[in-house]
Amino acid sequence: MQTHRAKRVEITIEAVMQSRLTEALQKAGVKGYTILPVYGGSGRSGEWNRSGQISRAHGMVQVICIIREERLDAMLEAAFAVVERHIGVVSVVDCNVLRAERF
Amino acid sequence: MSELFSLAGDNLLSPIILSFALGLFAALARSDLSIPEAVAKGLSIYLLFAIGFKGGASVADYGFDARLGFSLLAGVILSALLPLIAFALLRLMTGLSRLDAAAVAAHYGSISIVTFVAATSVLEGRGISSEGYMVAVAAAMEAPAILSALWLVTRGSGGDGRGMDSKLMREIMLNGSIVLLVGAFVIGWATGEDGLAEISSFIVAPFKGVLCLFLLDMGLVAGRGLRGGSGILRPGVLAFGVLMPLIGSGFGLAVGAMLGLSLGGVALLMVLSASASYIAVPAAMRVALPEANPSIYLTLSLGVTFPFNLTLGIPLYIAIAQTVIGG
Repeated sequence: MQTHRAKRVEITIEAVMQSRLTEALQKAGVKGYTILPVYGGSGRSGEWNRSGQISRAHGMVQVICIIREERLDAMLEAAFAVVERHIGVVSVVDCNVLRAERF
Repeated sequence: MSELFSLAGDNLLSPIILSFALGLFAALARSDLSIPEAVAKGLSIYLLFAIGFKGGASVADYGFDARLGFSLLAGVILSALLPLIAFALLRLMTGLSRLDAAAVAAHYGSISIVTFVAATSVLEGRGISSEGYMVAVAAAMEAPAILSALWLVTRGSGGDGRGMDSKLMREIMLNGSIVLLVGAFVIGWATGEDGLAEISSFIVAPFKGVLCLFLLDMGLVAGRGLRGGSGILRPGVLAFGVLMPLIGSGFGLAVGAMLGLSLGGVALLMVLSASASYIAVPAAMRVALPEANPSIYLTLSLGVTFPFNLTLGIPLYIAIAQTVIGG
């Protein structure tokens, strides 16, 4: 089956910044994204667990989007402007998609 | 003094406080006891709706007067003023940076609605009535402290872009807790005592039991916070977490007395001024001041000030209000 190269961008960020991030991604031309809840983790800010929080405001989410390679730089610039000062991780991996016109 | 010890003893042995203590113990002992996230959210929605509705129904019964407007205004001023005092105290007592001190100060100008709910429950248990509109005063005290803290930071940094955008302002003013509390207050006010009678079997009778379960969860959260953040609690920071509520309650007492509030009203204003936010303000600080260390302000407000107010503060404030106001 024919597949097409694309980039999968995973952004783990504080839940309070979620809407700001997705707005920036849409402005940068991202056609779609998926948001997942994050259960817990550990990093520079210490250990963290969803069950220890009293509201969603203190939680983390992961925003995943798949885009064409030529759109990556513009998308990362938009994302970085939002996440720069905040706790979070941005990673990019290569992937293949079946329907290139959707990304 | 004997009245104070009696009040404190009754409070410490109440199901509400013992439930909180159970949660705290379970978390510190690393038990796997937990309240599911959705259940905790449901309990908080119930409590906010019940307290807002009862406050509104009480105002409908009592009626509006000029004191309500002055009380709201006083709440806004207290919320804006207390962070300035907290900030000065933090800079004096602790080695916190300007940014961390401002973020902590914002929490101490804003309020803890759970402490307020617990205080109303204690007052009701002792047959002390209060102005129903204190619920609205609580809602009015949520946001001004955030503005004061941001002003403290921008003043110190010469304005480097940190601050309040319209999106953040909308998120603070329309956060779920405020909308539910004020909305339930309006429904209670519109339907009055008849409306309250219709649903009292749901929002009056089970109230204390639900509060116990909610405080069990708060104990778990506070215990986990203390376990994780105990390293940052230096003596100066720890002392601030106990001293600032006492100072805040003093301001609440003075303002409440000036406004001519009832004994219960003064005690509740003292509780509001003494309490520290751990829901609305932390969220605002993560957006506006992400460089400030959340472990400091969350551990202080939730792990130190909240338990202090719940166990010793509330009976102390009521006893002081009784001594000053009488009744």
